[in-house]
Amino acid sequence: MKLLWFHLMPYTDLPGDFTKKHASVWVDIDSRLFDPAKAHGMYNDFMDELEFAAEIGFDGVCVNEHHQNAYGLMPSPNIVAASLARRTRDAAIVVMGNSLALYNPPTRVAEEFAMLDCISGGRLVAGFPVGTPMDTVFCYGQNPSQLREKYLEAHDLVMKAWTEPDTFAWNGRFNQLRYVNTWPKPVQKPHPPVWIPGGGSIETWRWCAEMDYVYAYLSYFGYKLGQATMDGFWSEMDRLGKDRNPFRAGFLQFVGVAETRKEALEMYREPAEYFFNRCLHVDARWANPAGYSSEATIRARVASQVVAAATKATDAVAYGPPSFEEIVDKGYVIIGSPDEVAYQLREVAVNMNVGQLMMLLQYGNMKKELAFYNTELFAKRVAPQLKSLFEDKWEDRWWPKPLPREDRSTPRPVVVR
Amino acid sequence: MTPAGVTERSVRIGGESIRVWEKGTGTPLGVLAGLGGLNEWTPFLDALAAKRRVIVPSLPGFPGGGLLHKQLDTLADWITCTLDLLEAAGLDGAELVGHSIGGLLAAEAAAFSRATVKSLVLIAPFGLYDENDPPGDPFNRRANELAALFSTKPDEFQKTRLTPPAGQTPDEQIEWTIVQTRAVESASRLLWPLGELGLKKRLHRITCSVKLVWGAEDRIIPASYAKRFASGLAGGTEIQVIPGAGHAVDFDAPGAVKL
Repeated sequence: MKLLWFHLMPYTDLPGDFTKKHASVWVDIDSRLFDPAKAHGMYNDFMDELEFAAEIGFDGVCVNEHHQNAYGLMPSPNIVAASLARRTRDAAIVVMGNSLALYNPPTRVAEEFAMLDCISGGRLVAGFPVGTPMDTVFCYGQNPSQLREKYLEAHDLVMKAWTEPDTFAWNGRFNQLRYVNTWPKPVQKPHPPVWIPGGGSIETWRWCAEMDYVYAYLSYFGYKLGQATMDGFWSEMDRLGKDRNPFRAGFLQFVGVAETRKEALEMYREPAEYFFNRCLHVDARWANPAGYSSEATIRARVASQVVAAATKATDAVAYGPPSFEEIVDKGYVIIGSPDEVAYQLREVAVNMNVGQLMMLLQYGNMKKELAFYNTELFAKRVAPQLKSLFEDKWEDRWWPKPLPREDRSTPRPVVVR
Repeated sequence: MTPAGVTERSVRIGGESIRVWEKGTGTPLGVLAGLGGLNEWTPFLDALAAKRRVIVPSLPGFPGGGLLHKQLDTLADWITCTLDLLEAAGLDGAELVGHSIGGLLAAEAAAFSRATVKSLVLIAPFGLYDENDPPGDPFNRRANELAALFSTKPDEFQKTRLTPPAGQTPDEQIEWTIVQTRAVESASRLLWPLGELGLKKRLHRITCSVKLVWGAEDRIIPASYAKRFASGLAGGTEIQVIPGAGHAVDFDAPGAVKL
């Protein structure tokens, strides 16, 4: 299976009374809390962590896009990905992703992703999220009623821009371009693998199946709540006659590993609490503008016990943050010794049938030293117990196909004088 | 179910079936509803129907308005659709009452097509934007904040407008929720992100007489906007501010609007 290292890039210096004094970590977060000099340190630490993860053998490094958000400091993940393209050698660069409807024209995404694929020698995974309501509707002023239609049109445009050799005109509902001729084109043919980060919507599952894309369920609430969603995904794949290739599916999981469970509980308590309290302090008024969810999804949500349970969990976080014991008991963060973590992650991967496992090993206000420790211990003592899973039976058709190693450029070392 | 004394018909716009309610006798008076639309015939409509033949076409995506909003991408689409709707409902050349988002559409119809509208009563219309006193955002509210945003009688408003009618089955309640959500979606499809859509540049084209009605306690579009509208209009204007009423003038003061 594939083990990936995912960074959200949380601002690590929110005050202890943040949840009492401030309404939201997102959209209208108080910008006076942002210290650019401290952010300089954070960004560089975070990029060190991503580079270290690639160096120590994670299959891929993941970045994503958020706006006006103190737990996600990457309005432009492509900027970080560009640096990673130069500072890593073999890891896949998984941009999860660019919210297509936010780019005007969307061919900008085709261009930037093609640049990343060229610079990295074909190591890009192209993620196309719709984007959260906070990011798209409230921060970027997108129309909630048109967002999905715009997203789908932008997707079609980007795909055509990557694959059509001749200059073409695009006369879409939302985009009109007389001359589309994306230059550069991606290294990977016909295009980089596409992964779709999504919630639990049945339309997204069907679309991923139809387009043969990876569906990545990026929940912060762990495998216990994720199981129901992934069960829904796989039964829909069965219904559509798709195979159960686990590499069709991605899942996000927080992990904290130490020599013993006791040590791990001590070490990861603070960053986990910081994330699940301060970072997920999202004002509910931003969460669900009318039109963002399709009517079919609303019907299913109201009708389904499964999703009702997940919604309740989200509400619990929005209104009354969980204790560390709940965070651990409910599996939001998998905590333990290397063997315990490996055992649990194997269960997670097998039960959910997920071949692209994205790990959050830095979260909340975790310091660089601890992030490195977590990452190294995972790479050396957990990953070897998981690597072979699924590999004998299934082919990962959704993994980047880079240029041969010997044909890839090596960046010239920079000498600081 | 059609309310007692009200006749209901439907007109076809863009392949969708759109509800038109009618009650009363006399010269026709068109009513374009505000945010949320009309789930039922209201005391406000009754007060108008006591003197006039009141004709109420549903707006696209609002209760009775099908999924027509999904076809409308631009302001030009919305105005075209409004003109189609007024014609189909038999309101071409009639007097129009437009409330909130319905007020914006009525004003746009008058600006683009003078002959379509004889005179206007605009109740707390959307359409202008004062950066020193911006309209409130009705789309980012928690469910428990909505009633007080709209009405000065929030408990009654919550019960009457924001709660499924008593006796509905669970399935009916789901559908009721879908219809309510769709109405909000439709309004945001036109209004979001609440900036100006250009009406300011067209106000001078509205040459018919316009009555501007505002609830003094409007928490979505402050009553100060009445003067802002009046100063740009070309024809005769009159302003009526209703004390004790919020944005939902039709709910808070159903008999107070003077034609």
